[in-house]
Amino acid sequence: MNRPKGHCDDSCFQMGLLLLMTFYSFFCAAGTVKVDQNGKVKTIHEALVMTSPGDTVMVFGGNYSEGTILIDKPLTLIGIDRPIIDGHDRESDIIIIASDSVTIDGFTIQNAGTSYIKDLAGIRVRRKNSFVIRNNHLINTMFGIYLEKANDGKIVDNQVIGQAIEEVSSGNGIHAWYCKNLFISGNTIESHRDGIYFEFVESSQLKDNISRNNLRYGLHFMFSNNDEYTNNLFEKNGAGVAVMFSKNINMYHNTFTNNWGSASYGLLLKEIYDASIERNIFDGNTMGIKVDGSTRVTYHNNSFENNGWAIKFVGGSYDNKINNNNFISNSFDLVLESARNNNTIDGNYWSSYTGYDLDKNGIGDIPFRPVKLFSYIVSRTPESMVLLRSLFIDIIDFSEKVRPMFTPENVMDHAPLMNKVVY
Amino acid sequence: MLKILKYSFFDLIRSKWSYVYFFFYLVISSSLLYLSGDVSKVIISLMNIILILVPLIASIFGVMYYYNSREFTELLLAQPIKRTNIFLGQYIGLAVSLSSSLLFGLGIPFLVFGIFRSAEIWNFIILIVTGVFLTFIFSAISFLVALKNENRLKGFGIVIFLWMFMAIIYDGLFLLSLIVFKEYPLETISLTLSMLNPIDLSRILILLKLDISALMGYTGAVFRKFFGTNTGSLLSTLILIMWTVLPVWAIVRVSNRKNF
Repeated sequence: MNRPKGHCDDSCFQMGLLLLMTFYSFFCAAGTVKVDQNGKVKTIHEALVMTSPGDTVMVFGGNYSEGTILIDKPLTLIGIDRPIIDGHDRESDIIIIASDSVTIDGFTIQNAGTSYIKDLAGIRVRRKNSFVIRNNHLINTMFGIYLEKANDGKIVDNQVIGQAIEEVSSGNGIHAWYCKNLFISGNTIESHRDGIYFEFVESSQLKDNISRNNLRYGLHFMFSNNDEYTNNLFEKNGAGVAVMFSKNINMYHNTFTNNWGSASYGLLLKEIYDASIERNIFDGNTMGIKVDGSTRVTYHNNSFENNGWAIKFVGGSYDNKINNNNFISNSFDLVLESARNNNTIDGNYWSSYTGYDLDKNGIGDIPFRPVKLFSYIVSRTPESMVLLRSLFIDIIDFSEKVRPMFTPENVMDHAPLMNKVVY
Repeated sequence: MLKILKYSFFDLIRSKWSYVYFFFYLVISSSLLYLSGDVSKVIISLMNIILILVPLIASIFGVMYYYNSREFTELLLAQPIKRTNIFLGQYIGLAVSLSSSLLFGLGIPFLVFGIFRSAEIWNFIILIVTGVFLTFIFSAISFLVALKNENRLKGFGIVIFLWMFMAIIYDGLFLLSLIVFKEYPLETISLTLSMLNPIDLSRILILLKLDISALMGYTGAVFRKFFGTNTGSLLSTLILIMWTVLPVWAIVRVSNRKNF
């Protein structure tokens, strides 16, 4: 008999709470404080003192330099006509979010300074959740957006432009450490150490971002599992994306282009398990993918064009599936050293395949060996790369193709396609 | 000398082999441009062809021309003309006619394609310049060989062997030495070795311009640092000029002492 009553009590209480909240949002949360350099409230600090949780602070255009701004209650900060918050290289963070449910929208945040001891940031979120950072410009802030143990946040449509010259004195565009459920989309990140850095970040999504001209990596995963990045563009970075010591990362529809240099990669994989790499474009990189240990990774429907190496495996890699990819005009299509492996590389299109298709089923009648003798020689004596494209090399490659002696015999595509894979 | 140069030049220009050579380049480069449309890729493919064919054709043509025009040469020798003038005139006439076949055969399709509006113009110029240099170098070498050997078969044999050595065997020995001495720092050695062979030098000059250098890793960085600087390009031009001047000087020396 007690139970239904208790239930009624509960629901009554909930109703009351709901009513209270509705009233609250009507009369209090709608409270808006306007900050204008020509108005009554002239600084953001003043405004922050006046607000109560849930309020909106509207900041009108102008230059605000008031040291570190600490936001310690749930607020929405909206910049109108893009107000500038300037740190004047004072070597301190510019905005610190120290409360749940904070939104920052429409600001220019600039000049945090450079420190070799502290990690300075444009916007720092410390152990708080459900933040939204939208439509801001972060310029020359050592670290753009720095998340420490912050979950359920959205970082959308920001421009994060750094001035990184060397790795030691620069920070990352978006830096996330011990986070969960992040949604990062539509950002442009340039000239940092790493464009986006994930360390111990779980179940997060990266979409439609552009990361270019970063010194080290466009996007960097360390010990981060169950994440997904789609439709991003990585251009002219030291290496496009580095995925290290991570599991279950999905990489779809990304473009990796023009990552040129003596140690540059489109995508660098180090100790990766159960990832899938699908429908990406690798164009004009020194190495399309460098793989240092990958297990149970699927490489499907990717396009490798004009790379020095399309895929280079070093170290042990097992149970990978490389199917339905296009390999077009790469200097080396595939380097895979270990003779014992159970990787499958069937059903790809290779522009250097010279076989025939008599039964016209679209599949070449003789298998293709993508590993050339010269690539084997080069991986042992790198200096011999000097002989690239010389007639002698073409001759030994041909004789090796006819009768393999040095290259692993069982690395071959049993069903090479005659036409490009269209997807 | 000019008169003899003019005579041999027009003599060669009228021969059908010059036309064949010219049309070969015309067809190859225009079909490559038509099929791929990417100038930088076409330059790479043409580089492969030029580095092999130009030395071969220049060598064979040089030997053939010398042996064929021997009677005419003897006639000229009976006249009061300096020997140097006769042989240099013939050599330059040969080299210029071969280079013009190359120049027009490659130049016309690229001009039609609009090379001057393309960013690849410098790469194309390097391709042409190395092609012309290789023509001058290998026709001089073949002329020298022919001058030294009365026996036609022997002359042909030596020239073909020299071409094979420069184009193929040299690289084989090069690779072998790199593999054998891989425990040692090899950058300087590989730099020197590749500068000593005009075919290798031309190949590397073109490759470095087309930015394949990046995939050479550390060695590539060393090479780019060397060839990218003014000293590097000056030195490589000097070496190409030396490769041309040395055989020509030898032609002059041998022709002055030779008994006909």
